[in-house]
Amino acid sequence: MELDIVELSRLQFAMTAMYHFLFVPLTLGLSILVAIMETVYVMTGRPIWRQMTKFWGTLFGINFVLGVATGITMEFQFGMNWSYYSHYVGDIFGAPLAIEGLMAFFLEATFVGLFFFGWDKLSKVAHLIVAWLVALGSNFSALWILIANGWMQNPVGAEFNPDTMRMEMTSFFDVLFNEVAQAKFVHTVSAGYVTASVFVLGVSAFYMLRGRHLRLAKRSITVAASFGLASALSVVVLGDESGYSASHTQKMKLAAIEAMWETEEAPAHFTLVGIPDKEARETHYAVHIPWAMGLIGTRSLTEEIPGINELVDEAHDRIESGIIAYDALMTIRAERDATPADVRATFEQHSEDLGFAMLLMRYTDDPRTATPEMIDQAAEDTIPGVFPLFWAFRIMVGLGFGFIGMMAYFFIRSSFYGQSYPRWALHAAVWLIPAPWIAAELGWFVAEFGRQPWTVDGVLPTALSVSHLSVGDLLLTLAGFVTFYSVLFIIEMGLMIKYIRKGPTEDVEETEIWEERHAARLQADPAIAAAE
Amino acid sequence: MILYELISYDVLRVIWWVLLGVLLIGFALTDGFDMGVGALLPFVAKTDVERRVVINTVGPVWEGNQVWFILGGGAIFAAWPPLYAVSFSGFYLAMFAVLACFILRPVGFKYRSKRESARWRRNWDWALFVGGAGPALLFGVAVGNAMLGVPFHLNDLLMPMYDGTFYGKFLGLLRPFAILSGVVSFAMLMMHGAAWLALKTEGEINARARRMGSVAGIVAIVAYALAGVWLAFGVDGFTLTSDVVANGPSNPLYSEVARGGSWLSAYAERPWIAIAPVLGFLGMVLAVLGLRSQREVSTLLFSKLGILGVISSVGLTMFPFILPSTVDPASSLTVWDASSSHRTLFIMLVCALIFMPLILAYTAWVYKVLWGKVTEDDVTGPSHSY
Repeated sequence: MELDIVELSRLQFAMTAMYHFLFVPLTLGLSILVAIMETVYVMTGRPIWRQMTKFWGTLFGINFVLGVATGITMEFQFGMNWSYYSHYVGDIFGAPLAIEGLMAFFLEATFVGLFFFGWDKLSKVAHLIVAWLVALGSNFSALWILIANGWMQNPVGAEFNPDTMRMEMTSFFDVLFNEVAQAKFVHTVSAGYVTASVFVLGVSAFYMLRGRHLRLAKRSITVAASFGLASALSVVVLGDESGYSASHTQKMKLAAIEAMWETEEAPAHFTLVGIPDKEARETHYAVHIPWAMGLIGTRSLTEEIPGINELVDEAHDRIESGIIAYDALMTIRAERDATPADVRATFEQHSEDLGFAMLLMRYTDDPRTATPEMIDQAAEDTIPGVFPLFWAFRIMVGLGFGFIGMMAYFFIRSSFYGQSYPRWALHAAVWLIPAPWIAAELGWFVAEFGRQPWTVDGVLPTALSVSHLSVGDLLLTLAGFVTFYSVLFIIEMGLMIKYIRKGPTEDVEETEIWEERHAARLQADPAIAAAE
Repeated sequence: MILYELISYDVLRVIWWVLLGVLLIGFALTDGFDMGVGALLPFVAKTDVERRVVINTVGPVWEGNQVWFILGGGAIFAAWPPLYAVSFSGFYLAMFAVLACFILRPVGFKYRSKRESARWRRNWDWALFVGGAGPALLFGVAVGNAMLGVPFHLNDLLMPMYDGTFYGKFLGLLRPFAILSGVVSFAMLMMHGAAWLALKTEGEINARARRMGSVAGIVAIVAYALAGVWLAFGVDGFTLTSDVVANGPSNPLYSEVARGGSWLSAYAERPWIAIAPVLGFLGMVLAVLGLRSQREVSTLLFSKLGILGVISSVGLTMFPFILPSTVDPASSLTVWDASSSHRTLFIMLVCALIFMPLILAYTAWVYKVLWGKVTEDDVTGPSHSY
């Protein structure tokens, strides 16, 4: 791979975004789990639940700060490395980012300080509200960022303006209620909830194995398993919804994920495993499940899902149509108000394919001068990397189903087996801690790598989106980020492990005094005992 | 009826230009004292307990304050996409340095006191110093460069291109006038940080902060005055030479711009804008006096007034320019040709009107809950502190 500014900018974005997303899912889920624990504390008054809130809150804090810190980079990555992208779609894409700041970041960041510093300064209920506001703020932020990302996958509610040479918003509501964004939002936050549940379960299992902090560990497992089970189911259901929306919004991505080279008769089969080969345009050693793909992708038995080869032919036609649009655009830009009406009409008719003509700009400065070979090549470029997508997707889905199994198991043991867990299961829970992170990162990989060669699907090619910086600048900042982020990661992991080893400051005495008093209360008043 | 046409395009552009200023000022007023406190940390606090007191004065609020910076980025993206595209890629390495500082700082606040080791804490103290002092200086340098103009041009596709070795090359930013601007912002935010510490601490720390703050304040006043003189005699301004099309499409290339003359001619055309530098001087002088006498609340307010005056004086002097280009003045970004579309500006205004009052209300509530001095007992006690 030659290191040009496009590849380096992609590498830098992928690296900073994936690093940022090491911290985000845990923030999303743990903020809610902590708020749930504090709710139980406020409702029951049992000190153990306050100790749990504080313990998991400390781990939340160590993780949260890096999520915030690395998120700052993301807010500016577009302007720094993707300046043409920023100009070209900022009119639409900037809005959700700004609203994210207004609605979400301020909320979570303003109250998170009070969450840690406000225990003695606020009443129980006020502090609980603060905890929920932090959780709400984190989750709102995911909503807006996925509306922004959803628009890159399915750019609705916008059209090209020749005067300003950019996309401009035509309907805020279309951008907001983009079906891709909605499915992605619930899928992503649910994945965050699963991540936090697996984390809490794993750390608690570690304590159970060591025979430490058993009260805290058992209660934490119960909370994590019930919350985790619901979330794990939600991840898979909404993941399926994303697949369904891709079947009509991002056909090429879907075909690449499934390594579907040819359009098949409906209902298409689903390839469970195999080795996709882009050169040969076939999948070796494929194991098929009949009908499954057609059902997932179209929810019908009659609708066809187009294969990669058919989509390449379609791209070919759209590139040719795009060249007509580009030609008209150049006339409009030169003549401005004096443009003949028929040129404007031609542009209107072909403007949806303008982005496809821009695919040619990798090979020639002026798409109108493209040779037939260049057009063939550009059409071919619309196929993303099939092999990595095929496998990344399958590993992610496999893990997703695995989490359902894991959570269901712990939920059943917790509900019907008196919170007793066999040692092998506890060991497995500890070892599975990294799994949700792997699934989440693979999920983003599928979403973003699968969108290539576009930054905004069908509108703006990746190769055109970058800033015209020098390779030296990019290498310098890339090296800087890698070094800096690696050091921070080591420090963060070190602190996490230190605080997990140290465990909660469990005030056993306080808890026992409370429980004695509580038992006395129950004896004194049988009505309460009955209610319990 | 189309809702967004309720407010005309040119009015929306001016409103968003004002809001851009409000965000920058909001950032300087809130996160400004965090940065100032970071820059003062090694000098006003000597022992570990003292340093923890200083850090805990901003401990619960820095996170919210920093959001002004992030929101500033988001708002520029949404309301001024060409500015977002040109400036952050243009000031590339400087921006990278700012980001590094802004990452270092939160981590420093949060992690410093999580281990006992003296070396660990000393290292984080330096991180906090760099994380505060670095951006305080660099923001001023960036503003100075904006006033001097920067060498970019927009090509036929409106793609930002950078000329010469200026861009990306960090040292290219360090032109003398820009460095002077950096001194203004650095000293001003240090004064602001000292005013905050005067309010939130007592004893030795308080006395040291007052001493350093009043020196910083005097430096800021002198440097600001020097920058004014320099603008009058040594810096070329920019002027729009074509007719102003305030309602036109956002395409910078549609207007003509000439370099030459003085930025200060704005004061002849619009004498009322002189109120901004006057407030800047007045606020800073009163803040210095407040730091020398034993006033607390009013000192912080005067310091805020000074910052408000200084930052708005830059914007008002340059209006309608936002980021002028030296190599191709026609590419310069102005209020009339670098905004988002009419519809987007309107939608974003509605969002800002809904959320800004909410943000101000709950931020005020949080500061009220946390009102009062941070003492040595606070940080050595059992409650959660950094």
